[in-house]
Amino acid sequence: MLKTENLSFSYQTKRGCFPVFQNLNVSFIPGFNVVLGPNGAGKSTLLKAIFGLLPCKGTIWYQKENVTALGTAAKTKLIAYLPQLDTSFSVLTVLEMVLLGLLPELGRKVKDEDLQRVMEILRLLNIERLAPRRFTELSGGQKKMVLVAQTLVRNPKIILLDEPVNSLDLQKQLELCCLLRRLVAETSVIAVLHDLNLAVQFAHHIVVLDGEGKLYGAGTPRETVTEKMLQEVYGVVATINYDKYGRPAISAVRSTRDVVA
Amino acid sequence: MSDRPETPVLDHAFYKIMLKRRTALIAVLLGLAALLLVLNIALGSSPISLGEVFRVLLTGTGRGNNLLIIRDIRLPMSLMALAVGAALGMGGCEIQTILRNPIASPFTLGITNAATFGAALGLILNTNVLKVSESVMVTANAFVFALLASVCIYAFSTRAGAGKGSIVLFGIALNFFFTALTMILQYVSDSEDLKSLVFWNMGSLLKTNWTKLFIVLGALLFCFIIFYKNAWKLTAMTLDDTKAKSLGVDVQKIRRMVIILTSLVTAFAVSFVGSIGFVGIIAPHIARQLVGEDQRYFLTLSALIGAVVVALSFTISKIIIPGVVLPIGLVTAIVGIPVFLSIIFREMEAM
Repeated sequence: MLKTENLSFSYQTKRGCFPVFQNLNVSFIPGFNVVLGPNGAGKSTLLKAIFGLLPCKGTIWYQKENVTALGTAAKTKLIAYLPQLDTSFSVLTVLEMVLLGLLPELGRKVKDEDLQRVMEILRLLNIERLAPRRFTELSGGQKKMVLVAQTLVRNPKIILLDEPVNSLDLQKQLELCCLLRRLVAETSVIAVLHDLNLAVQFAHHIVVLDGEGKLYGAGTPRETVTEKMLQEVYGVVATINYDKYGRPAISAVRSTRDVVA
Repeated sequence: MSDRPETPVLDHAFYKIMLKRRTALIAVLLGLAALLLVLNIALGSSPISLGEVFRVLLTGTGRGNNLLIIRDIRLPMSLMALAVGAALGMGGCEIQTILRNPIASPFTLGITNAATFGAALGLILNTNVLKVSESVMVTANAFVFALLASVCIYAFSTRAGAGKGSIVLFGIALNFFFTALTMILQYVSDSEDLKSLVFWNMGSLLKTNWTKLFIVLGALLFCFIIFYKNAWKLTAMTLDDTKAKSLGVDVQKIRRMVIILTSLVTAFAVSFVGSIGFVGIIAPHIARQLVGEDQRYFLTLSALIGAVVVALSFTISKIIIPGVVLPIGLVTAIVGIPVFLSIIFREMEAM
């Protein structure tokens, strides 16, 4: 169980102070958590805040441990984080790239078991044949998969993924979400997604932030992703139909700002 | 140009083979460096046969003045060529890594131009900044100003928000500033002083002695060990800043460490032998093509290639015109540029 307690963050600029969220109290469960919300709702900021990349007020708890007070070494052991934009430009091979995910444990010589761990995660993501390729030679989607592998390889307790399925093809999107759902055990995956259908189909738990960085609601996909929520948070008139397997089909009809003809 | 296997493989065996190739490459370059060392000792105004060189090196006895010539002049000079090359190659490798810019080098930070200004102060105005003896005045001045530039860039890099882009811009500003100051001195100087400054700037190994060599070697080894200890963190610097941070790398701290160490070793190298340009750019460039960016190999190979390039240039500088030793800085550029261009052309063709 991961919890934020009265978490507040504002961007300080010369023109003033822009609050992103104030006194935010959110809980995440072990399993696949998805954070939803419109652009600028503070989803990415929330992930960065949890990882401690931002100077925030408030506390973050993992079970009975105060994450905010942890040192860098302890924190990197507990949490892995995949940023939304990645400008990594590296001629390392894919194997070496993923190996870097084990950085806190790497010594002068690379251990065989570490190499095996790397190959395992590549196999799990179906990209093991990319292992000898140079990272810079890959396509956008392939790079993304490699970076996801780099994030997952260490088996951390908390995995923060900022838009992990962006630039992936349909098959990879489904496979990755399915994998993230299966990771569970003690792992808390917290992912920012924009694809509501994927979120509803795969998430165990959904957290919705509204446009002002306030918590709109949290709970199971069926509880949180409703036509009312879509209208109030996203400003979209939409219909949600579930098929006989319980898979959702969310179709946005129009923006609430549009004048109805 | 690549050390990766052609066919895709499904286990990590290819990685082991890759590492073996990399180790072999390092061994080859070590051999080349040793060969050039012996060659540089043999070559000079009065050539000494290779057999005699080995005899002097191994037994400490030699015919006529050979022992004296080798021990006091040629050995420190030839070692200095290797040390300076290694220092510049290593510096270039790390500066390129932290700025994530393949055309950066220690010179990008303004250190060389600052050293030139210091030398100019001594040669033209006879200013003795450290009040040292006349004979080392120019070197001491060059070092003081190289260090001053280092401190400036270090202080700048510790400011909040100083990223890789702003550090390059600050370095460019320092470069122009010290060039302008040097030009003012050149404008007021007489032709004799001007000439000596021009010669200083061309770079020379001829004034090497054991003390200078030990200082450069000490700085080189010190920095190399620290960089090597941080090899994985430095490798992670090729990643996005945020990503590197998420792996527990203190990005700002690594940047500051590289800047201060590289400046130090460059300041020593440049103030003792003048500006030997270019090695800082080409050595890491070639090394990256050969072994990629795993710093355990990238760092080592950059230093070795730097050493070999300068040592080779030193050899060539002695044989182009018999009896005359051309300035090492010039020869390095003339030898280095065709090599560099051929690599660039080959890369373009490979695309």
